[in-house]
Amino acid sequence: MKIGILAYQGSFEEHALQLKRAMIKLNVSGDILPVKKTGDLKQVDGLIIPGGESTTIGIIAQKLGVLDDLKSKITEGTPVLGTCAGAIMLAKDVTDAKVSKKSQPLIGEMNIQVIRNYYGRQRESFEATLDFSVIGGGKGRVVFIRAPAIVKTWGEAKSLITLQGVTVMAEERNMIATTFHPELSNTTIVHEYFLDHVKR
Amino acid sequence: MRLYELSFYEIESFFYKLAELRDILKDENLLTISPILEKGDVVQGTSMVRHAFPIFQKGGVVMDVTNVTQAQIAEDAGATAVMVLDKLPYDVRKSGGVARMADPKIIEEVMNSITIPVMAKVRIGHYYEAKVLEALGVDMIDESEVLTPADEEHHINKWEFKVPFVNGARSLGEALRRISEGASMIRTKGEAGTGNVSEAVKHMKIINNEIAQLVSMNEEDRLKKSRELQVPYQLVELTVKLKRLPVVNFAAGGIATPADAALMMWLGADGVFVGSGIFKSSDPDMRAKAVVLATANWEDPEIVLEAQKMISESKSMMGIDIKSLKPEELLQIRGS
Repeated sequence: MKIGILAYQGSFEEHALQLKRAMIKLNVSGDILPVKKTGDLKQVDGLIIPGGESTTIGIIAQKLGVLDDLKSKITEGTPVLGTCAGAIMLAKDVTDAKVSKKSQPLIGEMNIQVIRNYYGRQRESFEATLDFSVIGGGKGRVVFIRAPAIVKTWGEAKSLITLQGVTVMAEERNMIATTFHPELSNTTIVHEYFLDHVKR
Repeated sequence: MRLYELSFYEIESFFYKLAELRDILKDENLLTISPILEKGDVVQGTSMVRHAFPIFQKGGVVMDVTNVTQAQIAEDAGATAVMVLDKLPYDVRKSGGVARMADPKIIEEVMNSITIPVMAKVRIGHYYEAKVLEALGVDMIDESEVLTPADEEHHINKWEFKVPFVNGARSLGEALRRISEGASMIRTKGEAGTGNVSEAVKHMKIINNEIAQLVSMNEEDRLKKSRELQVPYQLVELTVKLKRLPVVNFAAGGIATPADAALMMWLGADGVFVGSGIFKSSDPDMRAKAVVLATANWEDPEIVLEAQKMISESKSMMGIDIKSLKPEELLQIRGS
C-alpha cells in the first residue's frame, strides 16, 4: 500500500515515523510518500493531513491546485486521517473561539463542527491520557496544542473518543479526525486503526 | 521528508532524564511523562507541551510585524505565526537607543485579530519582561539579541516558565546551552535587519559541521566535548542519536527573498523567520506569499522559481553589507 502525507507544513515527519512503526507492528509493507503536487496523489491508497497551521496548509494546497484533488480523492472513498489542523481541513463547519468567522481554504467533506483554538492559546495547551479501547488500544498519553474541538457531529459522522465530554476523535465512512496529536504519542494505535481502514 | 530514529515521545524521555538532574522541576510537575500521571489528568505547561508547540511551525514562516495591519497581511499570506516587535530589526539598527519588548497593548490587539500563534521578543536575561508576556498569554517568547540585552552574563532560566521559548544561536555550543536552559526552539542568529543572508548561512553550516564532528567522535571525546560546551552529556548523546538538534531549528537573520528562504531550508532549517525582509520591501503582500510558498516547497526549484517570479528584485529591501558594519554594530554577538 502507498500512504501519502500532505507535507507542506507541520508534523508530517512525526507522522511518517509513527506510521512506519504502525506498519511494522501490523506486519504490513507499504511506502510512505510526501504529497505536495497533484501528481503525488495519483497512486495513494490512504492520506494523512498533519497538524500545523490550517490556514497555511490550505493556502498552499489551493495555490498549487492540490486542494480540489484532495477533495475528490476523499469523496471517492480514499481513507484519510486528519489530525488537529487536518481535522479543521476536513470539517464542513469551522469557527474560531475568539476571532469571528474567517474564510480559509478547506476540504470541508466531514459532517462535523469544529471550533478552532477551543481550549485557548499555547498557555492552555495540555497533555492528557486517553482511553483507546473503542479502537482496540489501551491507554495512551497525548498532547493537545492550541487544539480545536469537535463540538457537533451529524449525518454519518460519529464521535469515537471524548475527553471531559468533548469529542477528540470522530469518524465518518473513510474519514478519521482527531483534535490531539497521535503522531506525538507513546502509542501507535490511531495509526494502526487508520491502516485497518486502508486495508479494508 | 526526513525520517528520524526517535519519535517525539522518545526524545521527551531524554529530556525527562535531564529533569531527574533537576529535582525542583520534577517536584513542580513541570517535567512529566506518562508513568507519573495516570487516568485522565490534564496537565498544562509541561516539557512535552512546550516542545510540541514548535513542531507545528515546521515548514512554516514566522513573520515580524509591528501592528495589526501587518499581522493580517502575514496571516493572509500563510505565515504560521507572527512575531510582534516595537520596531523591525532594520529600524532598531537605524534608531539606536535601548530596544525593549513591544507595547503589550499592541501585542494584545494582534492576539485578538488573527487566529495564528503570536510570539513576542524579550531582552536577553530579562526575567520580568518574560513574566509580563507570559501573563499576557503570548504563544512563544523569543529571548532575542535584536533587543538590548538586560543581563550581560546570564540568559533566562526557561524551565521556570510554562510558555515555550525560542533562542538564537551561532554554534552548537550556544544552541545546546540554550536548550539545557529550557529553550523549546532554536533559530540561527544571522545578522538581523541587514537583508543579507550570509551570516545565517554561516551559522547553519557551523552547527551542521559541529554535529557531524560529534557523530564521528568516540564516547570519551564526546564526554570531553560536553564539558567544553558546558552542557549535560545526555544532551550531547541525544544530538548524536538524532544527528540534528533535539528541538526544532529555524533560520533567521537577513532572509529577504523566496530563494533565501529555500536556501536555508536546503541547509537543513525546519522553517524560517523573516524580519525586515518583508515589511522593508515595497511589495510586502506578494513577497510574504512568495516566501511562504518557497519555504514549504523548497525541494522543488520550479515552485521556488514561481515564487521568485511573484516578487521583483527592484522592490527588495536595500540591504546592508555585513563588511560595512563596525564590530560593535553586530547584533549576533550579544549573548553567547
